[in-house]
Amino acid sequence: MRVFTAVIAIAAGVLVLGGYFLPALADVQTLLLNWAVILAGTAALVGIFNLVSVHSDKIRRQEKGSGYSILLLISLVVTFLFAMILRPDHEAMNIILNGVIIPIEAALMGLLTVSLLYAAIRLLRRRADFMSLVFLVTAALLILGSATLPFGNMPVLGTFIRPWITQVLALGGARGILIGVALGTLTTGLRVLFGTDRPYGGN
Amino acid sequence: MSELIIILASAVLLFAITLWKRKSPANLREIPALTRLYRTLGLSIEDGTRLHISLGSGSLLDARGGSALAGLALLRHITERTSTSDKPSVASAGDPTLGLLTQDTLQAGYQAAAVEELYVSTSGRVTGLSPFGYAAGAMNIMKNENVSANIVIGHFGSEAGLLTEASDRENMILIGASDELSGQCVLFANTQDALIGEELFAAGAYLGAGTSHIASLTLQDILRWFVILALLGGAAAKLIGVI
Repeated sequence: MRVFTAVIAIAAGVLVLGGYFLPALADVQTLLLNWAVILAGTAALVGIFNLVSVHSDKIRRQEKGSGYSILLLISLVVTFLFAMILRPDHEAMNIILNGVIIPIEAALMGLLTVSLLYAAIRLLRRRADFMSLVFLVTAALLILGSATLPFGNMPVLGTFIRPWITQVLALGGARGILIGVALGTLTTGLRVLFGTDRPYGGN
Repeated sequence: MSELIIILASAVLLFAITLWKRKSPANLREIPALTRLYRTLGLSIEDGTRLHISLGSGSLLDARGGSALAGLALLRHITERTSTSDKPSVASAGDPTLGLLTQDTLQAGYQAAAVEELYVSTSGRVTGLSPFGYAAGAMNIMKNENVSANIVIGHFGSEAGLLTEASDRENMILIGASDELSGQCVLFANTQDALIGEELFAAGAYLGAGTSHIASLTLQDILRWFVILALLGGAAAKLIGVI
């Protein structure tokens, strides 16, 4: 079974990769990608069943925070039923999405702002080294440089220092990091293609 | 066609280096976050507390899949080591396909440790399908499931700040790595040791996941030198007006 799954995965990977370079494999590549999209949709259903199973377990065992699990399951069932009966593009579904889900995510974003500010304040207590100092000074300079005065940008900071930091130092560093990430992604992908890393098909 | 040549050359090099590294011992520089991760694994087993591995919301069907696969490789190794602990590890994912592979990887880890009967399918979870929804679900695990350390590795944006905040509140250790710049920035500011850039992909090699992981690091170093030479050569050529 292990060999069988590895053969399928490696063959699919090679064919999809080959499709980018060899026109003869383009149709096979499209077919495999379409299958992958269908499987990803099915995986979403499995993910939802997993969520239901985890929270049902919590409720059955009366674990800490199981009240939230009850709320989650009720919300899930109600939303699902509404969407099935009314169809997903119905006005009521838009209200659920725009009036509940998006504001909750926006609230989490707001919380994040506060927690990031607090983290910046605590940074030197957590890790008092040169790089932390550079991090804080850079952040302070950029925020100050972004502030606009009634007569325009802040002199020197807004017109020279901030653009120089963001477009030279930060951009160069960001590109370096992204090149490193791309190289890491390439070698990880090759390991999966070779079958040395197999996050599928059991042991 | 140049991309195909790069991929083929990298594949040949990776194969050759893997064979070579089987014979020669690895010599890796110290990365504090990974040393801490190694120590945390041992402490969690001794304490009988749980590790929570967050794999982020990176989909396997796009460019973010690389970090997700690196996270899965690490998960496999951690599961193998902690499967016999009193409180086995729990893993969360923010993408359904990644969630499926998380469960498969956990099961493989239990099989490798010869304790498959201890595997519980709910130890691999999909906690939400949007980044913030996922973070909210992962925070719930941190708070309620006797977790002593969080390993946050995969595709995370600014929502990583919510995880670090929750971890701080519960006095837990958090070791984080992301392939996204905003996520890396948040993790750098919020954790004691953050993994920056390609260090995310080095975790497997440092935890002893196999020769191929060490060979990957060597290949990354070789490719990095090529990139540096290409950048310098390109800049010099532009300067003298050749291109």
